[in-house]
Amino acid sequence: MRAEAKLGLILLLTPLLLWLSLLILIPHVDMFLVSLRERIGVGEYRISFANYLTFINEPLYLRTFIRTAVMSTLATMITLLIAFPVSYYIAKIARGRVQSALFLLCLVPFWVSELVRTFGWMILLRETGLISNLLQWAGLVDGPVEMLYNDAAIMVGLVYTSMLFMVVPLVTTLESLPDEVIEAGYDLGGGGGAVMREIVIPHAAPGIVSGCIVVFMLSLGNYLTPIMLGGKDSLWFTELIYSQFIVRFNWELGAAFGFLLLGLSSAIVWGMLKLTGQSLEKTMG
Amino acid sequence: MSPDLECKNLTRRFGDTLAVDNVSFSVPRGSFFSILGPSGCGKTTIMRMIAGFLEPSSGDILIRGKSVVDTPPNKRPVNMVFQHLALFPMMNVADNIGYGLRRAGVAKPEIARKVEEALDRIGLPGIGSRKVNELSGGQKQRVAIARCMVLEPDVLLLDEPLGALDLKLRERLKVELKSLQAAFDTTFVYITHDQSEALVMSDRIAVMNEGRFEQVGSGQDLYYRPDTAFVAGFVGDTNRWSGRIERVSGDEMEMRTDSGMLMRGATHGRSLSEGDRADVFVRPEAIRIAHSAEELAHFDNRITGKVESILFNGAASRILVQDSSASGEIEVNLPQSGEFSGLSRGCEVQIGWSGAQGNCFAAGDA
Repeated sequence: MRAEAKLGLILLLTPLLLWLSLLILIPHVDMFLVSLRERIGVGEYRISFANYLTFINEPLYLRTFIRTAVMSTLATMITLLIAFPVSYYIAKIARGRVQSALFLLCLVPFWVSELVRTFGWMILLRETGLISNLLQWAGLVDGPVEMLYNDAAIMVGLVYTSMLFMVVPLVTTLESLPDEVIEAGYDLGGGGGAVMREIVIPHAAPGIVSGCIVVFMLSLGNYLTPIMLGGKDSLWFTELIYSQFIVRFNWELGAAFGFLLLGLSSAIVWGMLKLTGQSLEKTMG
Repeated sequence: MSPDLECKNLTRRFGDTLAVDNVSFSVPRGSFFSILGPSGCGKTTIMRMIAGFLEPSSGDILIRGKSVVDTPPNKRPVNMVFQHLALFPMMNVADNIGYGLRRAGVAKPEIARKVEEALDRIGLPGIGSRKVNELSGGQKQRVAIARCMVLEPDVLLLDEPLGALDLKLRERLKVELKSLQAAFDTTFVYITHDQSEALVMSDRIAVMNEGRFEQVGSGQDLYYRPDTAFVAGFVGDTNRWSGRIERVSGDEMEMRTDSGMLMRGATHGRSLSEGDRADVFVRPEAIRIAHSAEELAHFDNRITGKVESILFNGAASRILVQDSSASGEIEVNLPQSGEFSGLSRGCEVQIGWSGAQGNCFAAGDA
């Protein structure tokens, strides 16, 4: 390699390497070391797995952990079920201006901050909120209804927040499927269901998997939505991490929780890729 | 026996435009029928109506005597080979061919047997487990046909399936398609804008322009006895002169071209009268070339001109002759004998053709 080219490469790579090492690699290594510390006195530490043992022995932590994983998986599936027909319509049925208008409509909610969007759901769902009032006005219920602070409210918020991240990869992969191929599916005797099952979904698989990975990770690591819509009754694992770090100053346990969450999301993403026979290159490239 | 495919007064409108205008035709069993026309003439629209992807605005489509207008595409006894073949990239070759059989609920061992058989027939045995994107253009083509043929359709539609291939392969596949059609003994309806594809393969050809059929006939009919000026100009190469008719007697006529040349032609039964504007079409191979005027004495059209350029193309070599009255260039086929191989640019030559070779049409309809 010529000297200038080498210099150019180094200059171009520097920001990326700085980003990766300063903001991701070094904090994680340090966090991992913190998670392995056990406090035995004032300013005295020793290396042990005590933090991880605490997690296993305390049912609240373990249950919240599993709950978060199950709920995130469920949120991902619901998002997929809603986003797939929407994406199919945008990519394959809508034409021209309608197509771009619909796509834009999916994007519009993301122009306001997540906080405002979540607050919007609170306005709708709370006891004195729009839906409650509407039901009372229609005479369907006698008193005010509280729809906030439960798992369903969290689910609504999570699905709503993640929708775009599912729609974009789905629209992209579905658009790359030629109409001709779908028509051939019908022409050779396939009904709507068979064409969907044998042609559209296998073609969209990389998009489905990449959408699911992104949505799953976003849900798992979401903090704002579970806090605001879930309240005290619906704990989310990120809340536990926050409270260990900020409320209880127990950085050691918080770091251990952080690593457990990282392990969980990696394991589930890996499992999802194995299960669908996709590779990370295929879904992300 | 009812024909395999019959279209009656088929019409299709898109908003204000009339894409297919009252087209009627029938295709006898086991024949190769082509629809030939420039792009945008409505041939794909006809094809899509037959396959069931478009509803006709009016008219009827019958397959083996039964109307299929209300039948959805997946229930029609027609299959289609798409322009870009539309093989399913997510399946291997055997699954592609077996797709239609699976949809029809055929038992697995039966599917495997039929797929093997189809692969043998298209001359590609043992490629069943290959992926679609590992096939060459010609192999894909044959797989696409096999995928339709295992379903034993009454009619196979082919929508310019050779369009995306290179010339050499196209030439080979033309012959192959024709023999596949004979092997499967199925009615093929083929649409194309390439006249040579249509002429080589078809039993009958319909020439289509602006939503209407101009002429339906064999390749020879279209080439030697075109019904309309459009067909004369579209099928094969031709020289064309416009002018005004000076004299008509029986089948013969004389026209004064716009450049002032007097030329004889034949009306072939079309009603033309003195003073009409007309076009005369003469094929390049109908024009003789000679060194001296005496050799051409028996022709009623004779021109002296200069060789403008030589278009060497092997057996189909031509010269462009600029006639002395400067009424434009005339394309003339060079005889194969090599007698004129010494011609060069600027040489003076005599050319001539008989009046019967000049096909005359009333101007304005093309």
